[in-house]
Amino acid sequence: MEHRTTRLNRIADHLRANWQIYVLLAPTIIWFIVFLYRPMYGLQIAFKDYSVFRGIDGSPWIGFEHFHTLFGSDQFIRALKNTVIISMLTLLFGFPMPIILALMFNEVLNQTYKKTVQTVVYLPHFISTVIISGIVITAFSPSSGVVNTVLDWFGFDKIYFLTKPEWFRPIFIGSGIWQEAGFSSIVFLAAIAGVNPSLYESAVVDGASRWQMMWKITIPSIMPTIIIMLIIRIGNLLEVGFEMIILLYQPATYQTADVVNTYIYRQGLQVGQYDLAAAAGLFNAVVAFVLVMTANTISKRYSRTSLW
Amino acid sequence: MANMNLYSRGDKGFVIANMILIGLFALSTLYPFIYIASMSLSSGFAAQAGTVVLTPVDLTVAAYGKVLSEPQFWISYRNTFIYTIGGTVMSLIIIIPGAYALSRPQLYGRRFWNLMVAFTMWFNAGLIPFFLNMRDLHLLDSYFGIIIAFACNAFNIILLRNFFESIPSSFEEAARMDGANDFQVLRKVYVPLSKPAIATVTLFCIVARWNGFFWAMVLLQDENKIPLQVYLRHVITELSDDEQFAATLIDAPYSVDTVTAAIVVCSIIPVLLIYPFVQKYFNKGILLGGVKE
Repeated sequence: MEHRTTRLNRIADHLRANWQIYVLLAPTIIWFIVFLYRPMYGLQIAFKDYSVFRGIDGSPWIGFEHFHTLFGSDQFIRALKNTVIISMLTLLFGFPMPIILALMFNEVLNQTYKKTVQTVVYLPHFISTVIISGIVITAFSPSSGVVNTVLDWFGFDKIYFLTKPEWFRPIFIGSGIWQEAGFSSIVFLAAIAGVNPSLYESAVVDGASRWQMMWKITIPSIMPTIIIMLIIRIGNLLEVGFEMIILLYQPATYQTADVVNTYIYRQGLQVGQYDLAAAAGLFNAVVAFVLVMTANTISKRYSRTSLW
Repeated sequence: MANMNLYSRGDKGFVIANMILIGLFALSTLYPFIYIASMSLSSGFAAQAGTVVLTPVDLTVAAYGKVLSEPQFWISYRNTFIYTIGGTVMSLIIIIPGAYALSRPQLYGRRFWNLMVAFTMWFNAGLIPFFLNMRDLHLLDSYFGIIIAFACNAFNIILLRNFFESIPSSFEEAARMDGANDFQVLRKVYVPLSKPAIATVTLFCIVARWNGFFWAMVLLQDENKIPLQVYLRHVITELSDDEQFAATLIDAPYSVDTVTAAIVVCSIIPVLLIYPFVQKYFNKGILLGGVKE
């Protein structure tokens, strides 16, 4: 009893001295509960026969039925396959570009030139997906687009790119690289800036060329950063830019373009099958969570740098 | 960063080749912008014939005339300003105090609260539960709904919290000596010392708001409330299939492509105006603080 009063007293003293911190914290915590944790409660509809009238709590449980439906659905399997393929291709072509760019920036000696180029290549990162899709649609348009105009100059037939399934992925991945490669190079530039200058000084004394220094000093020095960024990317493997896909795809290209999130968007928000779409979303989130956690464990073990 | 003095004569070829290559990359980054600007200033006929490649053909501002005469364009533009300004202010009101509180060693359950914030970066309920939640909160088709629902995120809070934690406690102790409480310490010590980090978060918010489209498209049905990006999407994806609109184009000095290009240019201009400020902060690499907790 006595212990309890002293403990209560301590809490009261603590609150008297620090109540303002809790006032400052409250809006953040309330926001997280209302907008991020409350939807997690709503995720239970993935296991329910949800109807708008009965609501989340009133709808009956049906176990894993939605998951059976999903894995029996060709559309969902296709979306899953496309997600993995598009992520892998994005990783394969998109990951090396910022590293190459950062190494190239490092070799530019004229600071004005360097700053100008950097200003230009960072810009697309700040442009919205809608605008980029607008540029892509205009540039690849069959009659008026510049791509077909150039094809025409060289005597090739015009191609209606955005209706061709085989062209969807190159266009999507290419526009992604165009938008993000420059900005993503900042991380690697920062890593290069942290390399000990005395390494280069002694290499120059030994008569090394810049090409040799890049391979023998710069790249090995930034390897930990490269590995961490690679692990982050693998952790986010399921996160393809589905907003861009929604803007660029059409029924004719679904077979190569439809990913899990666009499937969820169509089934849930357009068709109104909320429960089935929520089940697909839950599956996506769980796989993503496992990937991120695995990535963090691996990074802890190999680089002694945890991501958080 | 650059090792000016560390280069021998034999490297000249390498350095020049590198400069040319990176210059070409910059030009290819720039080209789509030039192309779209030229498209917006060309005649509809020239655009349709596929003659616009680098510079405007049959220079005309007809497409801009068409865009600027659409009431929906101005409604959407105004809405984008409302969402951008309202949303950014709301973000700062929530994020700055929250990040400060989470950085306090004396906060009870600090580890738990921080984990609660960070967890949302790894696990997300997904599109459908978020949408249903917004519907249940009666925040569909609402200015306030858009402003509040995207006001916060784990990344920005952690970025700012890390910055607050890096400020030496001696600054704070001096203020405490003068009898300052937490509100005053935050306002008079932490906020002034964290200007670069707060500026970074502000810019993140502005850019995200200005460009945000997906949830605005999903949550807003009322055309009087849609932002510019949603209007732009409507023009890009639906106008080109709209036969009624196509009929108005016969004999018009503009086409779907030139009108689209003109709207694109109009919505890029404000981004270009704030871009120099954005650049200044991002070059300092402050955003790296967010990568590691």
